[in-house]
Amino acid sequence: MSLVAFLGAIETGLLYGFLSLGVYLSFRVLKFPDLTVDGSFPLGAAVVATLITQGINPWLATAVAMVAGALAGLCTAVLSVRVNILNLLASILTMIALYSINLRIMGRPNVPLLNQPTLFDGLESVLPVWVILLVGLGVTKLAIDWFLTSDLGLAMRATGMNPTMASAQGIYTDRLILLGMAMSNALAALSGALFAQVNGFADVALGVGTVVVGLATVILGEAIFPSRTVRWATLAVIAGCLIYRLVIAMALNADFLGLRAQDLNLVTALIVVMALVLPQVNLLALVKSKR
Amino acid sequence: MISLANIHVTFNPGTPLAKPALLGVNLDIAAGEFITVSGSNGAGKSTLLNVISGDILCDRGQILVEAEDITAWPTARRAKLVSRVFQNPLAGSCAELTIEENLVLAFRRGQLRGLRPALNDRFRDQFRARLASLELGLENRLCDRIGLLSGGQRQALSLVMATLAPAKILLLDEHTAALDPKTAHYIMQLTDQLVTEHRLTTLMVTHSMRQALEVGNRLLMLHEGRIVFDVDQSEKVHLSVDDLLKRFANDGLSDDSLLLS
Repeated sequence: MSLVAFLGAIETGLLYGFLSLGVYLSFRVLKFPDLTVDGSFPLGAAVVATLITQGINPWLATAVAMVAGALAGLCTAVLSVRVNILNLLASILTMIALYSINLRIMGRPNVPLLNQPTLFDGLESVLPVWVILLVGLGVTKLAIDWFLTSDLGLAMRATGMNPTMASAQGIYTDRLILLGMAMSNALAALSGALFAQVNGFADVALGVGTVVVGLATVILGEAIFPSRTVRWATLAVIAGCLIYRLVIAMALNADFLGLRAQDLNLVTALIVVMALVLPQVNLLALVKSKR
Repeated sequence: MISLANIHVTFNPGTPLAKPALLGVNLDIAAGEFITVSGSNGAGKSTLLNVISGDILCDRGQILVEAEDITAWPTARRAKLVSRVFQNPLAGSCAELTIEENLVLAFRRGQLRGLRPALNDRFRDQFRARLASLELGLENRLCDRIGLLSGGQRQALSLVMATLAPAKILLLDEHTAALDPKTAHYIMQLTDQLVTEHRLTTLMVTHSMRQALEVGNRLLMLHEGRIVFDVDQSEKVHLSVDDLLKRFANDGLSDDSLLLS
């Protein structure tokens, strides 16, 4: 693999790191199977691309994109906890609705961002994009660590693990699901907004399979770095993101495998299966039985 | 100070499966009372407890705690008045969280939770002191996940958690039923000790008539959604399991499940 391909994989891994932290919040902390991210990731891209092409400051546009993502997450959470729609179905409904909304926001299926200002403009001359992303992701990770070890964050974790116990301890579980889902999808939208600015476009089809990628990286991280504390778990998620992108890049670059770009989703599915199966395989027992 | 007036609860109302669980229960609980609640399966013991905790909202009736009407309050809001230990030792704590994290969750019961770090060394010292009194060695395992503990240890911890923050009433829902006899005995001793030490007003549901007679200072017997028997300490000390059974036979309440002692 060339250096360019390597750095490209790292950059994409870092871009999707925010999404993965969001997926960690919904799937792992709240135990909420949330497919909304398939809609909120392109929502972030759509909002940021539309606003930037209309001359809005990229930082402000990115912030608005995060708010839009938070609203999408709230929508799913309200459908689930207030309207009592099954959580998975609630998220699918929001995801489907967002497809139309994203088209409405952009006015067409694709918005190019070439020769437009981006969030990276002033910084890019000083630092490479991947360093900026790494710093941003690191700060986000620390903020999430702080939150999850605070009283409120602990209440959110209890809500996901044991809602009966949580409400007996005076925790309003509904409100914490609303808050957590808003945070999760704000991060997914941030990922989408950064993706659009780095890659120079927003596309309505950008979100297809986002949740699988997010979940793949979370599971991969956990499989490679099993950990019990929040700090290590979030670090494992980020590590999972980078490893996932490197594995994909290697798989697609290895000529002898004959894989091409269209095989991406197949490779992703295989990586998830492997990350789920490998921890169950007891290597020691396997070696002994061979003797 | 806690009063339940004319409480009615029906499960699945308006359907062919409609089942009345409580039929006009009236109960006044004075501060410092330790009430044991007994009765056969389906008598309404757990429903009564859940009505107080807020997990079941009553169809009719009123619940007052020190003149404040909490009838419509959800569980989370009542948590600042009500603490609870569940029958299932796994239900009262989070297996994937550490002992200290569970303890601080319980410590904040009824308080507003903010963004300050949940744990600090002052809390840890305090928790260690509380756990040391259990003599289970848990004070050295603050960072262990609760899932590593035995059922008895978890139930002991649940009791400590229930007494960390102030409450107007402690609800015990057959909290020794899922334990082996020796552990059940230890948990019951611990319960007595904590209730006395913190002067807690307590309502304990139990299946065992002997336990209902041995513990506490007031005994309630429920049958088919009604309180059929209510004796205070002076009367209770003279009662035996046989007396209770005779009394039930006279009232036409003979029920094999009441023999469980």
